[in-house]
Amino acid sequence: MNKNNSFVNRLFMVLVFVFLYAPILLLIIFSFNAGSSNTIWKGFSLDWYQKLLHDRLIIQSVYTTILVSLLATVISTFAGTFAAIGFYAMRRRTREPLMTVNNIPMMNADIVTGVSLCLFFVAFFSQWSSFASWVNGIQSFFVLPTRLTLGFGTLLIAHITFNIPYVILSVSPKLRQMDKNLVDAAMDLGCTWMQAFWKVILPEIKPGIVSGALTAFTMSIDDFVISYFTAGTSSTLAMTIYGMTKKRVTPEINAVSTLLFVTVLILLAIINIREVRQERRRIVEQNRI
Amino acid sequence: MKNKLSHLAIPYVIWMALFVVAPIIMVVIYAFSSADGGFTLANFGKIGTYAVVFGRSFKLAIIATVICLAIGYPVSYMMSKEGPRFQRIAMVLIMLPMWMNFLLRTYSWMSILENNGLLNQLFQKIGLIALYNNIFGTDLQFFRMMNTQGAVVLGMVYNYLPFMILPIYSVIVKLDNSLIEAARDLGANSMNVFRRVILPLSLPGVLSGITMVFVPSVSTFAISKMLGGGTEILLGDLIEQQFLGGAYNPYLGSAISLVMMVIVVICMVVMNRFGEGEEQAVML
Repeated sequence: MNKNNSFVNRLFMVLVFVFLYAPILLLIIFSFNAGSSNTIWKGFSLDWYQKLLHDRLIIQSVYTTILVSLLATVISTFAGTFAAIGFYAMRRRTREPLMTVNNIPMMNADIVTGVSLCLFFVAFFSQWSSFASWVNGIQSFFVLPTRLTLGFGTLLIAHITFNIPYVILSVSPKLRQMDKNLVDAAMDLGCTWMQAFWKVILPEIKPGIVSGALTAFTMSIDDFVISYFTAGTSSTLAMTIYGMTKKRVTPEINAVSTLLFVTVLILLAIINIREVRQERRRIVEQNRI
Repeated sequence: MKNKLSHLAIPYVIWMALFVVAPIIMVVIYAFSSADGGFTLANFGKIGTYAVVFGRSFKLAIIATVICLAIGYPVSYMMSKEGPRFQRIAMVLIMLPMWMNFLLRTYSWMSILENNGLLNQLFQKIGLIALYNNIFGTDLQFFRMMNTQGAVVLGMVYNYLPFMILPIYSVIVKLDNSLIEAARDLGANSMNVFRRVILPLSLPGVLSGITMVFVPSVSTFAISKMLGGGTEILLGDLIEQQFLGGAYNPYLGSAISLVMMVIVVICMVVMNRFGEGEEQAVML
């Protein structure tokens, strides 16, 4: 497949990328618009960025989005890696049904995941409320809160739940590629299983963990539907925008989008440049040997 | 030692039981319950009245999936023929839009497709609208694009196209080159190489791409509300209305969700028959 593409093929690819990026480019251009329209250009200004700084609602929802995505990514990367190792060490008969359950949140329609979690949380809260008032009734050392509501906590739980499967999915293949004897050898040489994990398994599966974390973060940032059903009183950026589209969307949204896009662009550029450098170094070292 | 390591999965197994299995059981219980808590099948009977919505959802989702496949397969194929540098950048470029929430991107389409939006302004400038009026003897000021089924399909294609490209690409790029060379050596022309070797071998990626586009398309509710203007209600809208909207009825909503789960399971079974879905399922 070394044959290069013809001009027509290249043009087709360019058109697809234009299609993918035109709307994003528009958001960026109109974030600098002096007027409040998203269709008529009235000259350059930074007004919307300034207004954005004073918009409590949007700033708060950006904060919620980033916080929940980061927390969910960190927690699910840890939990997912341990779970993947656990699954790997299991007998096939135990592992397979568990992997099927693990695939459910990935395969299921987002709205079904969201709705089912919503139902579960609400049912749990009503049970909790009677349990808490019973506990509060029989003792007076501490007071349990009787009224729990959907909020940041449930949002975080939901995000962790749909992120872990992606981490497992990218860590598992790396585990299977690993030489099984390595762990046994480490243990024979006197490692405890914790040491075997840190010194042998972890370095082998690191690329899988990194790509799993990246996927988890992408999924968290991109999610709207599941958050919509589980966030309750707190609001992610997507939910805030969705609420606005029913009335009027302020161009501050363009400014937020631009800032987010530029941040992501810089992050990805750094990650990629680092990877390319590491690869080059590896090639150089191999040549030396 | 293996057994000790397997204990690491215990916390997650408990987590899954709580937040994956239990919620689904809740949906099943609700789907078969009436408001007073008794067992009933009436919720599924009521679904019949929404046959139009089911039909529309399937129609739009199938159209969007076909378009995604028609664009996504050639793109993945062409990408795999480029140099490694280009492939790396192209992959990043395809994933990058996903880091801007899909609602932001859909919102941008609203201002493109509006009656006095950017696309209509462009058509006006290049005289397309005047030309159309001349030919068909109409008196249009703009083309109506917002709040149509076409706009909803466009939104689906735009948002889910990466989900089609990524799995197909990841399968094609791993194809064994010697198979293609062998086919050529044995006298197959380019057309035959593609039809008899590349296409069958990339089928797992295609199937996983189809599922990954079809499932979110058939269940979307934000896209149809934003680009369809709430007039073209889809299955997702129907579910949303039962839980958070005006027509509060979680029992009916659960029944529809259950039907949707069955659809997904059917998709999964079909996929698993064609290849080990796990590896290709989602390799972003």
